[in-house]
Amino acid sequence: MALLLFLAQTLRIAVPYLFAAGGGALAERSGIVSLSLEGYMLGGAFTAAIGAYYTNSAWLALMCGVGGGLVLAGIHAIGTIRFRADQVVTGVAINLFAVGITRFFLQLAFKSSSNSPRVPGFGGENAGVWLALVSNPLVWLGVAAIPVLAFVVHRTTFGLRVRAVGEHPDAATSVGVPVNRIRYVAVLASGALAALGGSFLALDQHQFTDSMTAGRGFIALAAVIFGRWDPVRAGFACLLFAAAETFQIRLQAAQLIPSQFVAMIPYVLTIIAVAGVVGRSVPPAALGRSAD
Amino acid sequence: MRRILILLGVLLAAHVALSLAHPGGAVAKPGADGVNVGIVFDLGGRGDKSFNDGAYDGAERAERELGAHVRFVEPGEGSDREAGLRLLAAEGMNLVIGVGFIFTDDLTQLAGEYPNVAFAGVDYAVAVDPAGNAIQPPKNLAALKFREEQGSFLVGALAALVGNSRKVGFIGGMDSPLIHKFEAGYAAGVKAVCPDCQVIAQYAGVTPEAFRNPGRGKELALSQYQQGVNVIYHASGSTGLGVFEAARTMNKLAIGVDADQYNEAPGYVLTSMVKRVDNAVFDVIARVKEHRFTGGIYEFGLAEDGVGYVYDEHNKAMIPDSVRARIEQLKAEIIAGRIKVPSAR
Repeated sequence: MALLLFLAQTLRIAVPYLFAAGGGALAERSGIVSLSLEGYMLGGAFTAAIGAYYTNSAWLALMCGVGGGLVLAGIHAIGTIRFRADQVVTGVAINLFAVGITRFFLQLAFKSSSNSPRVPGFGGENAGVWLALVSNPLVWLGVAAIPVLAFVVHRTTFGLRVRAVGEHPDAATSVGVPVNRIRYVAVLASGALAALGGSFLALDQHQFTDSMTAGRGFIALAAVIFGRWDPVRAGFACLLFAAAETFQIRLQAAQLIPSQFVAMIPYVLTIIAVAGVVGRSVPPAALGRSAD
Repeated sequence: MRRILILLGVLLAAHVALSLAHPGGAVAKPGADGVNVGIVFDLGGRGDKSFNDGAYDGAERAERELGAHVRFVEPGEGSDREAGLRLLAAEGMNLVIGVGFIFTDDLTQLAGEYPNVAFAGVDYAVAVDPAGNAIQPPKNLAALKFREEQGSFLVGALAALVGNSRKVGFIGGMDSPLIHKFEAGYAAGVKAVCPDCQVIAQYAGVTPEAFRNPGRGKELALSQYQQGVNVIYHASGSTGLGVFEAARTMNKLAIGVDADQYNEAPGYVLTSMVKRVDNAVFDVIARVKEHRFTGGIYEFGLAEDGVGYVYDEHNKAMIPDSVRARIEQLKAEIIAGRIKVPSAR
């Protein structure tokens, strides 16, 4: 039973990471740095909460969440692809923009600077953890997203093109692959996916809270890098990071390890991965570079 | 190149023009009669359902009952805070209040620069010299402090008496001395009525983000409820909203903090440990109006009605009369000084 509870909690914590890391892997594979996952998640969480509030439907809220992510990803895509802005700078700007704009509209819509009122979501009152877990379609979608993305990246023409424009955009251009169009699609898809992760947070809490993503987008990006830009490995990295968090939550009361150490785990593992300790970690060759 | 220069020129002109414009709302003339008060809010501003709203309520009451004129400034990030305080002090306000411990350094400095203006800091962090004695703030600065541990003591006793379990929970935001104060008082309250009860205390993180992570709050609370805890007290800002969500999911109870949080989860909030920022703000405005303001450290505890717990028509049904009597008795003993509540764990 304790093991089951542990696994269930790991899964709940991992769901937003899975969405965001899946999207991040796709965008980074196409050569666009995904620092802005955090911003997409926050934007998606907010628009999902707004959608749930006004439509009273969790499913429509989900669509609104995706819409919010698409808007932010669209800005990032236009900035980095059309105007060839520095991808890191644009990504940071998107994150800051998301914090500011959600706070602004939170004030405007609900006259509150801290949180929205309660909105419909998945998982009802007194459901208990198990029913709440299995009745939440986002949990299933999050788990399914990873193999689907792996299939898309490795087994489809589109995936081949994504990988090509991320490795060598000039070569891709020379054989007639529309580099920028592929990158637009990849970035927009990453925005939509990360926003689903944000929507999970908002609909699971039945509420939007100022800055509620609390750095989850960066953990997801760390998972992408730790997973060597492969959706499946990134997915396992998400589960690993989530398990570390669960471990900390369950054992914190016992004070076995200082919580500071457990909070470091995703980042330390990422540094280790980047340093090349566990296998070779090579980013897509054209990552961060604009196509000419 | 020329287009860029022109654009830069236009932006520069706009910037200068805008900076000459008076900051929004700053034109209100200080009235000749009554007391003029300026309040600078902490990040979050009005609508945070906590500190800032408390300060606003207190100021509004002062406007009604004391005829005070109150101006509010909502700063953005970082440096605007000091600018907001300075603007109000330079305008000749009688009293300038900073809401939140974050204003501590700015207030200390401005109090020196404007010796004729009275300053007050809600949750002002009093520095301690190497010998462990509190360093008194400047003569024209009032440090408004709350005895959170006393209020936490009472809700701890309540959690143990109502919880019907040998385990009671505590969830803090950032693992820091400020929040340890809540935990220490709470744990002491639990032990006072149930010596062999166990307090499971957990923190959401080690950075300020830990106050804004409801997802983490929910997971922490779920794991505590699964361990047999029936009541959780949170001192964790927005993270606590996740605690309420977990209480809903598991049909258990949670205790709110700072303000009455009953409305966040009606039926699942046993009570709230309230910090009466409104009373503290009203009190300091009244002192200025009646010319009995002096700088120094003001502590608002149970005796001053600065902290307390919520007992009203919403949660009456959850708290039996015998329990209520016991809590009131503990409260009287704390006020009389017979019970000393620890403020560090």
